[in-house]
Amino acid sequence: MSQGFPILSLVVWLPIAFGMAVLAIGSDRNPAPARWTALAGSVLGFLVGIPLWTGFSLAAGGAMQFEEMAPWIPLFSVNYHLGVDGISMPLILLNSFMTVLVVIAHWEVVTDKVAQYLAAFLIMSGLINGTFAALDAILFYVFFEAMLIPMFLIIGVWGGPRRVYAAVKFFLYTLLGSLLMLAAFIYLYFQTNGSFEILDYHKLPLNLTAQVLVFLAMFMSFAVKVPMWPVHTWLPDAHVEAPTGGSVILAAITLKIGAYGFLRFNMPIAPDASHALAGFMITLSLVAVVYIGLVALVQADMKKLIAYSSISHMGFVTLGFFLFNADGVLGGLIQMVSHGFISAAMFLCVGVLYDRMHSRKIADYGGVANTMPVFAAFFVLFAMANSGLPATSGFVGEFFVVMGAVKVNFWYAFLAATTLIFGAAYTLWMVKRVVYGEVANENVAGLADVNARECLFLALLAACVLAMGVYPKPFSDVMNPTITELLRHVATTKL
Amino acid sequence: MNTATFSLAMLAPALPEALLLALVSAILIADLFIAERDKHVTFWLAIASLLGCAALAGASAGNATAVTFHGTFIADPMSQVLKVATLLAVAATLVYGRLYLQARELLRGEFLSLSLFAALGMMVMISASHFLTLYLGLELLALSLYAMVALQRDSVRATEAAMKYFVLGALASGMLLYGMSMLYGATGSLDLSRIAFALEHSRANPTLAVFGLVFIVAGIAFKLGAVPFHMWVPDVYHGAATPATLFIGAAPKIAAFAFVMRLLADGLAAMTGDWQQMLAILAVASIGLGNLVAIAQANLKRMLAYSTISHMGFLLLGILAGTANGYSAAMFYVLTYVLMTLGAFGMMLLLSRAGFEAEDLEDFKGLNRRSRWHAFLMLVIVFSLAGIPPAVGFFSKLAVLQAAFESGYVWVVVFAVLMSVVGAFYYLRIVKLMYMDEPAGEITIAPRLDAQVLLSANAIAVLVLGILPAPLMDLCARAITASL
Repeated sequence: MSQGFPILSLVVWLPIAFGMAVLAIGSDRNPAPARWTALAGSVLGFLVGIPLWTGFSLAAGGAMQFEEMAPWIPLFSVNYHLGVDGISMPLILLNSFMTVLVVIAHWEVVTDKVAQYLAAFLIMSGLINGTFAALDAILFYVFFEAMLIPMFLIIGVWGGPRRVYAAVKFFLYTLLGSLLMLAAFIYLYFQTNGSFEILDYHKLPLNLTAQVLVFLAMFMSFAVKVPMWPVHTWLPDAHVEAPTGGSVILAAITLKIGAYGFLRFNMPIAPDASHALAGFMITLSLVAVVYIGLVALVQADMKKLIAYSSISHMGFVTLGFFLFNADGVLGGLIQMVSHGFISAAMFLCVGVLYDRMHSRKIADYGGVANTMPVFAAFFVLFAMANSGLPATSGFVGEFFVVMGAVKVNFWYAFLAATTLIFGAAYTLWMVKRVVYGEVANENVAGLADVNARECLFLALLAACVLAMGVYPKPFSDVMNPTITELLRHVATTKL
Repeated sequence: MNTATFSLAMLAPALPEALLLALVSAILIADLFIAERDKHVTFWLAIASLLGCAALAGASAGNATAVTFHGTFIADPMSQVLKVATLLAVAATLVYGRLYLQARELLRGEFLSLSLFAALGMMVMISASHFLTLYLGLELLALSLYAMVALQRDSVRATEAAMKYFVLGALASGMLLYGMSMLYGATGSLDLSRIAFALEHSRANPTLAVFGLVFIVAGIAFKLGAVPFHMWVPDVYHGAATPATLFIGAAPKIAAFAFVMRLLADGLAAMTGDWQQMLAILAVASIGLGNLVAIAQANLKRMLAYSTISHMGFLLLGILAGTANGYSAAMFYVLTYVLMTLGAFGMMLLLSRAGFEAEDLEDFKGLNRRSRWHAFLMLVIVFSLAGIPPAVGFFSKLAVLQAAFESGYVWVVVFAVLMSVVGAFYYLRIVKLMYMDEPAGEITIAPRLDAQVLLSANAIAVLVLGILPAPLMDLCARAITASL
């Protein structure tokens, strides 16, 4: 194992260190130093992650790269073990990138307890990177849980009117799931004769009953996080009440942790159970895609609509994974990254409107295109991407998933594909009511178009959405070796 | 045993206790000659005594196990670690409680000397290897605590609490004595090592021994405050003056752990299978009831009382594992638990002032607006109590759960894990009040520098131990392996 420069540690701890610094220098009267420090921290946090992409070896197959290993708690053989493969590396970069956007987006908007707000995001960014990079189950769990604390505060302190309810619901839901996963880790620890290494768990032979129990315990944890129907009910509350930045990170990143967990834990540790329960998983995913898509159609609140749309899109991801073919898994992964960009963009767009009008109700808008033409252009682009228009990133993932589904069962593909129509319906119908038509009222008539700062983050996201839609090959090149290895591993029975 | 000889050399293993006894006696007399307005002299003398004895106990750490006073007193690596922790916890209690006591004119020689006597009792309990010494230490501790609660004699609540504490405590002592007498009848000895030997070689009447065990476990459960012997805990926590509550809630838990270890793991090791079952029931009931009832509390002291009950359940999880791993996990648990309790009550004491008790949950409203630093410290402590990483509470829970799992108590572990979610709910309420609500009344923070610094160090220790738990875990594991 090569122990070169500890890039991953830097990626994890640099944002946390900056978060602490922001807390230390922040004052309520003069937030400027805290803001600039946070911006520097988030940009640096992204820059130190770049070598992960440039130095990533495609020839390494599914093996872990940039590994770091040090004993942490020798008594329980818990190690500080970090490493990335083609699945986790893009997600780390996505997260660092989103943190930069969140810092830019908060600038004129958040005025209360600015330093704490920014520190929470920076610390969470580091913790999320740790979650993706951890190769030790306890280390993973510590990052996974610790992440709840800043998010709980973000929703609860800077959120909307029902923020406390939403924050507590978010926290308890996630905690319940993850504690069962902890029980599974303890079980696996004794099965492997004292190891918390995730990669040891991958090799561990288990009988079917044990696999099913382990699968279900971890399922509880990750299904809540994704979220899959029917444990999704925390998400609309959390999204609606969270401040814009919180919604962005929730939708773009933390949902992905659930899906990532399925690939890192459930499928390789319990491959036979995964096959046995594939029908169950696919059913839940299809319910999410179809039913939640319909629910999204009737929402009167823009944030809620996007929240439901997120659940529906994440249903595509889990559907893709449990098809057990390369197209499905690749489609799911690409969909994860793409949905990260698109959902972040949609929430930021709603945030832009909300900052001006202090309303998220679709009925309060109408004819925004007349007063905010530039914004309207961005909004329509992201809406198109959300409904899966070709040449946007939204198309690529869904297309691959549907392709993978056809190979397994025509009806899966049929159901998944027809709901692309629902996706287009709820998104475009919202766009029609908000952006087009006559100017609805004098509030809309008085709207100012996006300023340079807002333009900056929307343009960055638009570039990502288009680039990934037109040329997804860099992503698929990075992901494919790992997917091949994963599918080979999952196809081998452990019984 | 028959020749009651005594030489000074026999005193060596008990040197910290002997020193503390001499110092308490000296302070007790010196206090008579100290004027009312110079009581801080007594206070600092008490702190110095505690720290001095802690240093002495710490210096003897690493020594081999020594038994003295004809097998009634044992100084082993476990007892050395626990004594240092106990003395430091008592000292921290006094530092946190000083201003509160001063404002209520309770900072008199009595409170201080009672604290020191209680500390002495705990040290004797920790080092006891004989039913008599065990009981002696326990009663010295208990009597000091009853008096400490009753010291606030013009408060109806405190007097009532003291009465309840005394009656129920005496009942528990009675049960314990009854159990001990049965074991004496069964084995013919009061010496724990002889009892262990007799039980191991089946020289004891098994029925009688099991009956004795039942009474002993009931007595232990009373002292720990485990369900269904928990009734005194909320009332005493609520009724006593906050420093007295902190005293009861912190250091004596360490002594109680040692007490359980001496009785069950050392003396009654041969009956492990019997007491494991009983402890499993106590643990499940404590974790369940403690967490559920805590939700309904509006008073922070009562809430922490129920939280203590559930924490004692977790502590029992480690002990009922019946393995060295389990014991060291329980030891780690009790040490970190005391650290967290000190922090939580320390914060409460810091927010109290003359004529105002910061003991309702509402009093924490909007703390973040007043002082970001104190809100952060409390945040760390509360999440640690809830067992959320990266605070140390997570690792202490993980260690005991792992040990119980290893011994096959899988369903107990799953139950405890699910109850932690319920527990998280009421801890989150404190965070919500501090961060998400606007201040209702005025919040003042005592400007006492020593308590401020100590509290900061205390909460930071909770966080640092959570990030680097290995050294303390190793210390506990080494102490337990060397002492078993």
